[in-house]
Amino acid sequence: MGPPRATEPGPGAEPRLEMSTNLPLFPQQASSQAGQVDAIYFFMVAVTAFFGLLIATLIVIFSVKYRRRSDDEVGVAIHGSLALELLWTIIPFFIAMGMFAWGAKVFFDLYRVPAGAMEIFVVGKQWMWKVQHASGQREINELHVPIGRPVKLIMGSEDVLHSYYIPAFRVKADVIPGRYNTMWFKATRPGTYHLFCAEYCGTKHSGMIGSVIAMEPADYQAWLDGGKSEDTPAAAGERLFTSLACITCHSGDASGRGPALAGIYGHEVELQGGGKVVVDDAYLRESIVNPQAKLVNGFPPLMPTFQGMVSEEQLLQLIAYVKSLKGPAPGGAQPPGGPQSAPAPEKK
Amino acid sequence: MPNGHSEHFPGPIHQPPLASNVDAIQPGVHAEHAHHPKLQHHFDDMEQQAEASTLGMWVFLVTEVMFFGGLFMAYIVYRSASPEGFQEASHHLNVIWGAVNTVVLIVSSLTMALAVRAAQTGASPKTQVGWLIVTMVLGAAFLGVKAIEYTDKFTHHLVPGPDFEWAGKYPAAAQQFYSLYFCMTGLHALHMVIGLGIMTVIAIMAWKKHFDAEYYTPVEVAGLYWHFVDIVWIFLFPLLYLIGYHLHE
Amino acid sequence: MDAPALNYLNNGHGAASWLLTRDHKRIALLYLVSITVFFVIGGAFATLVRLELLTPAGDLMSSDTYNKMFTMHGVVMVFFFLIPSIPAVLGNFLIPIMIGAKDLAFPRINLLSWYIYILGGAFTLVAALSGGVDTGWTFYTPYSTAAANSHVMTAAIGIFITGFSSILTGLNFIVTIHRMRAPGMTWFRLPLFVWAHYATSLIMILGTPVIAITVLLVAAERALHLGIFDPALGGDPVLFQHLFWFYSHPAVYIMILPAMGVISEIVQAFSRKNIFGYSFIAFSSIAIAVIGFFVWGHHLFVAGQSTYAGLLFSILSFMVAIPSAIKVFNWTATIYKGSVQLDSPMLYAFGFLGLFTIGGLTGLFLGAMGLDIHVHDTYFVVAHFHYIMVGGAIMGYLGGLHYWWPKISGRLYSEPWAKFSALMVFVGFNLTFFPQFIAGYLGMPRRYHAYPPEFQVLNVLSSAGASILAVGYIIPIVYFGYSLLAGERSANDPWGARGLEWEIPSPPPTENFTVSPIVTHGTHQYEPSKEVGIA
Repeated sequence: MGPPRATEPGPGAEPRLEMSTNLPLFPQQASSQAGQVDAIYFFMVAVTAFFGLLIATLIVIFSVKYRRRSDDEVGVAIHGSLALELLWTIIPFFIAMGMFAWGAKVFFDLYRVPAGAMEIFVVGKQWMWKVQHASGQREINELHVPIGRPVKLIMGSEDVLHSYYIPAFRVKADVIPGRYNTMWFKATRPGTYHLFCAEYCGTKHSGMIGSVIAMEPADYQAWLDGGKSEDTPAAAGERLFTSLACITCHSGDASGRGPALAGIYGHEVELQGGGKVVVDDAYLRESIVNPQAKLVNGFPPLMPTFQGMVSEEQLLQLIAYVKSLKGPAPGGAQPPGGPQSAPAPEKK
Repeated sequence: MPNGHSEHFPGPIHQPPLASNVDAIQPGVHAEHAHHPKLQHHFDDMEQQAEASTLGMWVFLVTEVMFFGGLFMAYIVYRSASPEGFQEASHHLNVIWGAVNTVVLIVSSLTMALAVRAAQTGASPKTQVGWLIVTMVLGAAFLGVKAIEYTDKFTHHLVPGPDFEWAGKYPAAAQQFYSLYFCMTGLHALHMVIGLGIMTVIAIMAWKKHFDAEYYTPVEVAGLYWHFVDIVWIFLFPLLYLIGYHLHE
Repeated sequence: MDAPALNYLNNGHGAASWLLTRDHKRIALLYLVSITVFFVIGGAFATLVRLELLTPAGDLMSSDTYNKMFTMHGVVMVFFFLIPSIPAVLGNFLIPIMIGAKDLAFPRINLLSWYIYILGGAFTLVAALSGGVDTGWTFYTPYSTAAANSHVMTAAIGIFITGFSSILTGLNFIVTIHRMRAPGMTWFRLPLFVWAHYATSLIMILGTPVIAITVLLVAAERALHLGIFDPALGGDPVLFQHLFWFYSHPAVYIMILPAMGVISEIVQAFSRKNIFGYSFIAFSSIAIAVIGFFVWGHHLFVAGQSTYAGLLFSILSFMVAIPSAIKVFNWTATIYKGSVQLDSPMLYAFGFLGLFTIGGLTGLFLGAMGLDIHVHDTYFVVAHFHYIMVGGAIMGYLGGLHYWWPKISGRLYSEPWAKFSALMVFVGFNLTFFPQFIAGYLGMPRRYHAYPPEFQVLNVLSSAGASILAVGYIIPIVYFGYSLLAGERSANDPWGARGLEWEIPSPPPTENFTVSPIVTHGTHQYEPSKEVGIA
């Protein structure tokens, strides 16, 4: 089992003066990436120790060997040595470039989400983490995941900057209001691990913590099944789609004032004024809160903004719904009456 | 152990000191005539003083470039995020007033240069002060036009904040545009006000006959400052007023 | 020795002669007093932080109060202690003397710099006393613009004002070094202390205005609800981070370059040997200043910045480390075949060499993108920057203060006490901050009021170290104070060092030199007859 969660006694409680003698010195490796990160860490520790000891040793030796023996004594006038300068410029340069390349490689592996990753939505708000699994399971300050399977977190913030940090997995990503950030990991060991908010966010920043619980696939399935049966995000999104009247314009047929959305996720659309964009989570979110930012070509700028009318969680649900709509590919984004450059006339 | 007592004082034994004449009477470099009344005692001569002052003002102007630079960076970020939005927002600015202000400032830089020249050539105090006053009047005219423009923005609810209203297609971009408009032109206007203050001081000094061919640096550095304020406007005008502007619509 | 002749200390008495002085040496002392006051205030905040962190639970103070403690510690230490310290005290005092001038180019602007610093400090203290700021010294948006309900405006205005003190100091130094050098004082005869301050001044004038406008925008957004950083209004909170770090990264080079200049001088003086690789150290200072402007994005690796931007910032961050490495090797080589005396300034220099090496190399951990993901915003970062700022910059400041104390005050201090406090500082420092590397890699985030119990042992070690460190800092205040009142008087050159400053009396006369000296060679030439190597 992982380390226990911290508890806060509250301001009125007696200060506890007993001391925990538990002294871990190194974090557990619980993800497929942890080993890579630790490898570059150990290399850099070795380099630091080497040069630190080298300088310290030289200083000590020189101070003793060349200590001043009389009040009048002066040192030998040596101005420099080009050979030495080149030596201690070029060698550190190559070590540094090696470290850079290695660090970049590890970053690419941490950054590139493998195909088939399981998506989980995370919303950070002062001062808690709300998680929603694609199957509808919701969690607060906890995250249950299966081991052996890549998990992709799609994260938004309801208020200020936060950061989702799982030390045992060696992953962290800032959670930024107004946009999505993603990160992925693959848990390798069952256990309970710390979850921390790692971007200062106000009063209870240090209380915005929780646990990531990695489970054997069978146990994870049991956990999913045993939970209260709740709507999947996509089902909740479908209800919002109707109640917010999105369906009025995005009716999906030729008379719709807005592009049909079936099958649109993951495909490219052409924008007004030229340019194209791939319809991903970020684009869908932007189109709901700032519709005129990237208008699909051939459609009138009629969509109102829903900024402030939907919460981050609801946005994730709407997006999950759109993603779930299967249909013909980019043809779904054709304006009524075929492509045209002038906006369609107002109906009614 | 640091030593105060002379018997342990190691001193420069084999070694002549770094510099000669540290306390000797022989002069280093130095002018023969009694020095100009405006020479500050830590300078060797008027030329060194003038060079130091002008270099100082140039360095200060570099800091001003960086100061405005932050706002220009924000402008670049938000305009590239929504080029059409910025264009739409920019159309509500009055290009005529902007152009008038541009001409006013360019002429004021000319009159400022003439004021510097007047001081440099030892023209009469009336001439020196005259050119300075013309410059100040032009500067005040600029600020007057800006006051008219700002009032217009207030009445049309174009000031960012809770009262901001935007009827066009790109309200978010418009809010960013006007935030930057007020910050950039406001900071610029503040610099102009400070410039007017500086010129008042310089004009008083000119009236009291402080300047001559050997000492006109205050006018010169005031001129440098004024030219800089002018150049900032030359950038602000097209970036704020002329986005997507065509003479023949 | 008898009481000294007329010098800058006794040339004029009374408050007005000090508060309206134009003498760069007196202004340096005005700064010395005010910087020491701010150091004590910043240290008091740190003490409260470390006391709270003795136990895992947040039981000494409320979370809001704790958040204000670490914020005020950072704001005071960065803006009111570290950035001015060496330039405003030692730079102001020594640069005119080292180049053979009577004063800086603009003595009145120098005094104005100090008053601006005091005004900015007053605003910040008002913010602290009327309830404090709790945004972290980094003021990230949108917390600082929309959510924080502490005295952000007042603190922002205080920092804005103080920035101009820095700008004017840098401006003064640049013009002075360009235009006021004595005849024969060519660029390559300048002491490395002067080169270091020239490079620092470049950063001061180019970087500080950007933090000024950034902090002004935060204040404007808070007051007028502009929306530049507010995502609800189409703004970008990460834009703030770019603008903030564009200054704040070069700012750390403002803090370390002057200390490096001090180390160059001390290492030469206490080895009685000219520096090894003069031009390499001089150019390295400039290189650090220039490259340092292009690395700021290494603070944004996890903030959703584009990967390609990240790559660029990462590779440049590794490159900026190279000139620092060159300097460390050159300083070490200077001691070789020197005549080494382990007086207290040299002890501080040695402390610097070891701790700066570790601190600088741990910076590379943070520059490696894949590794930074794990350690960003943890105590690893806190340990890294304290190794550089405290193990590096403050050691440099203390070393310089001890080295030039006889010149500044005309008196000697107690060398045994100085050695003792240097040792306490070194031991206390390492005990405070080394455990934080371990805690950080374990995953303990920074700015945490309460933490999980398994971090407690490391935190207790850290707080224990802090108490030793505090003692190490208080003792010099005592013996320097005693030295001013009753210390043994010093000769012109008590160390047997070289440089224009050692050829004039201790303390110097107000005008430094009666006439311009004519310089014939560079500093720290102890035995030109035995020259070997590159000229």
